[in-house]
Amino acid sequence: MPSYRKLLQQVRAEISELDAERARELIDGGEPVVVDVREQDEWDEGHIPGAVHIPRGHLESRIERAAPDPSRRVLLYCSAGNRSAFAAKTLEEMGYEDVASLAGGFTDWKRNGYPVELQSGLDAPRRARYSRHLLIPEVGEQGQLKLLESKVLLIGAGGLGSPASLYLAAAGVGRLGIVDADVVDESERILADGWDVIVDGADNFPTRYLVNDASIWHDIPVVHGSIYRFEGQVTVFKPGVGPCYRCLFPTPPPPELAPSCAEGGVLGVLPGVIGSLQANEALKLALGIGEPLIGRLLLFDALSAEFNEVKLRRDPDCPVCGEHPTITEYIDYVQFCAGTREPA
Amino acid sequence: MTRVRIPPTLREQTGGQRELVAEGDTVRDLLDDLMSRFPALEDQLPFANVYLEGEDVRTLDGLDTEVNPGSTVILLPAMAGG
Repeated sequence: MPSYRKLLQQVRAEISELDAERARELIDGGEPVVVDVREQDEWDEGHIPGAVHIPRGHLESRIERAAPDPSRRVLLYCSAGNRSAFAAKTLEEMGYEDVASLAGGFTDWKRNGYPVELQSGLDAPRRARYSRHLLIPEVGEQGQLKLLESKVLLIGAGGLGSPASLYLAAAGVGRLGIVDADVVDESERILADGWDVIVDGADNFPTRYLVNDASIWHDIPVVHGSIYRFEGQVTVFKPGVGPCYRCLFPTPPPPELAPSCAEGGVLGVLPGVIGSLQANEALKLALGIGEPLIGRLLLFDALSAEFNEVKLRRDPDCPVCGEHPTITEYIDYVQFCAGTREPA
Repeated sequence: MTRVRIPPTLREQTGGQRELVAEGDTVRDLLDDLMSRFPALEDQLPFANVYLEGEDVRTLDGLDTEVNPGSTVILLPAMAGG
């Protein structure tokens, strides 16, 4: 029966090894994908800058994401060069053509005084709290750190804002601002405050047009949600990329033709559905993943349990985001929505 | 005949119906047909966006956009509710 020593010796004879000096030359040249195969606690105490962390137990399942091109050089390291030797053998078996293990491992790397990155990363309680996110390759530790640094402003703390804020807070969004209708007068100041994403769940047209205009001027994407009785609408207005709210609805309907939920009612669960969809879009925007609902309006009908989608396009003549804007500062939004105008 | 989806904000004007069948060769004809049968829609329709097969007719030929039998049209007024 082969002993550990014998097996290690055998594997080391079959793979290629580099010393720390040569490894550093390659890394400085930006050539290899560097993979740290140690455990989480070892990684947390410092690692080679630019390395990807894949504990050896997950190597086979996760390597393709880190190194999709099997012809590109992969440099593996662990603490002393033994685990990475076995890892190198595995990658060769998987078809990687140019794999090397760092002889002497991270220990030798540090002994040479080479650069070490100490992750500002997640501490143990956060790692436990966000463990489900960390397991998703599209989020992972980097994504979770992004969320923890992100700032999301919720307009409206009612039906839509409540479920949206629940899930955004639980996802670890670092700063959540909530503006309710009563403080709309202060919105102009608040909106200028460097938000990454705005979630619009307002219950009135003046606020929605105000939020739209501010988002264009401050270049902040808006996740729009609205509800009435059994139906909801969700979309993302991203300045410069897709249409804005005014491209979609240039003129607000007169108040008597557009009852609010307070006047016309809403099925209690509907804001839960639409507010959660808004949180989903906000998280995608904060993470920079997936295909946000830019230029697409998602319609949900709770009675038929159906989703529909229509396309939204930028209006080159839009008074705020068009080619020749005519509205460039805040207007009197209450008056604008008072219904004295003709439809466009 | 074309199926027209009626949004919740317009259902009081259509006797609660969620979908109507309308006749006409263009979007304008369809809307005229609906308004002749449900006159209360007249105030509302000018504020509603009209989508033919998911495309805003403003980006097509507007009210003159031709409709084929079997097309689906969605009427969509702004909703502020949150």
